[in-house]
Amino acid sequence: MFVNVSVIDITSTCRTQWNSFVLGGMPLFGTELTFELPDSEKQCFFEQIEKGVQSTIEFQVITGGQYDVDMELTAPNGQTLYKDVKKQYDSFTWTPDQTGVYKFCFSNEFSTFSHKVVYFDFQVGEEKPLFDQENKQATAMTMMESATEDIHSSLNDVIDSQTHFKLREATGRIFAEDLHARVNYWSIGETLIILMIGLGQVFILRSFFTDKKTSGMPIHS
Amino acid sequence: MGTNNMLAFALFSVISVASGLYFHIGETEKKCFIEEIPDETMVVGHYKVEMFDRNVNDYVPTVYGLGMHVEVTDPEDKTIMSRTYAADGRFTFTSHSAGEHVICLHSNSTAWFSSGQLRVHMDIQVGEHAVDYSQIQAKDKLSELQLRIRQLLDQVEQITKEQNYQRYREERFRQTSESTNQRVLWWSIAQTVILLITGFWQMRHLKSFFEAKKLV
Repeated sequence: MFVNVSVIDITSTCRTQWNSFVLGGMPLFGTELTFELPDSEKQCFFEQIEKGVQSTIEFQVITGGQYDVDMELTAPNGQTLYKDVKKQYDSFTWTPDQTGVYKFCFSNEFSTFSHKVVYFDFQVGEEKPLFDQENKQATAMTMMESATEDIHSSLNDVIDSQTHFKLREATGRIFAEDLHARVNYWSIGETLIILMIGLGQVFILRSFFTDKKTSGMPIHS
Repeated sequence: MGTNNMLAFALFSVISVASGLYFHIGETEKKCFIEEIPDETMVVGHYKVEMFDRNVNDYVPTVYGLGMHVEVTDPEDKTIMSRTYAADGRFTFTSHSAGEHVICLHSNSTAWFSSGQLRVHMDIQVGEHAVDYSQIQAKDKLSELQLRIRQLLDQVEQITKEQNYQRYREERFRQTSESTNQRVLWWSIAQTVILLITGFWQMRHLKSFFEAKKLV
């Protein structure tokens, strides 16, 4: 984790306290990245996870080919926790039983020419609390505080749903734009082929009836 | 207060290890990440790069001027940021137009080709996630509840921006589909017309050809 150590004045008591392990504003419990995976290639990501910290990996293919990718999640001792081929979307939650570096790999090796854009969301543990709880006594939350906690958790769900919709919409839209361009190219190509065949037929037919003076004569008695 | 601060900074420099997600790239390779974001959204990226040391057979923090060049491209393929940072860097940018921004990283190694592997710890936070609430609390002296409400406000603002962007994108999607529909219609008509014209021309040309050849 990126660790920030800062000193906060508690104005009510005018005491200086240590706030250790207050993260620099980055809830590093979750990382979401979108990257391009070229054809016949594999991309691996690693993360150090402590034992017992529940983690979730969720991925989705946004563009490319048949919208599928292979994914493999390996534990530090080499054991395969999750392995699946040609998946468009999946989500996997597990609780590590050993501390170490976990590796997950996306593979596009089965494809020869379509490169894929893959989105993944890797969450380790729970969201860090907004304020440092170490130096506070655990008091019961007021109604307001628990209501705001609920709102925060609901908003997190909303943002999650939004992300899913955004990805699906991106998939459809990029395909539509691709189709838009392809219609033009294919139509121009077909028109040229029609013209070439039309002219070609005429000239080939003409060539049957020319050059050889004898063969051009009609068959008559 | 003074000694506390000194201790704080000392501790910071020692504990400032990066874990988090990491991946490996070659020394001369470039790695790009795509972020599709609405406009006026802040994006903060954190990275730390380590080099593979053959003697130790492990990745060690680099000591000799290795840095990463960070390049950010906006949806119109214009570079909005292109800077080299140290081995441990933090970069920020705010999007001015909505769309796909591409963040590319490559090391500033001058080797032509190399077998050196780099380990890059990477973290990119977008919008509300990029805000440092402990700093805001310290600066504005907010109570817990006030800070929580501030966070909720930021979240809702991000949701609203995303919804607006979604509406614009859906409209673009619909326009593209309608335009494809039109194109297919016009091209079909055009191709049918071309076919008919070609057919007529063929028959006429051949007729006059055979008449000239006295075959007809």
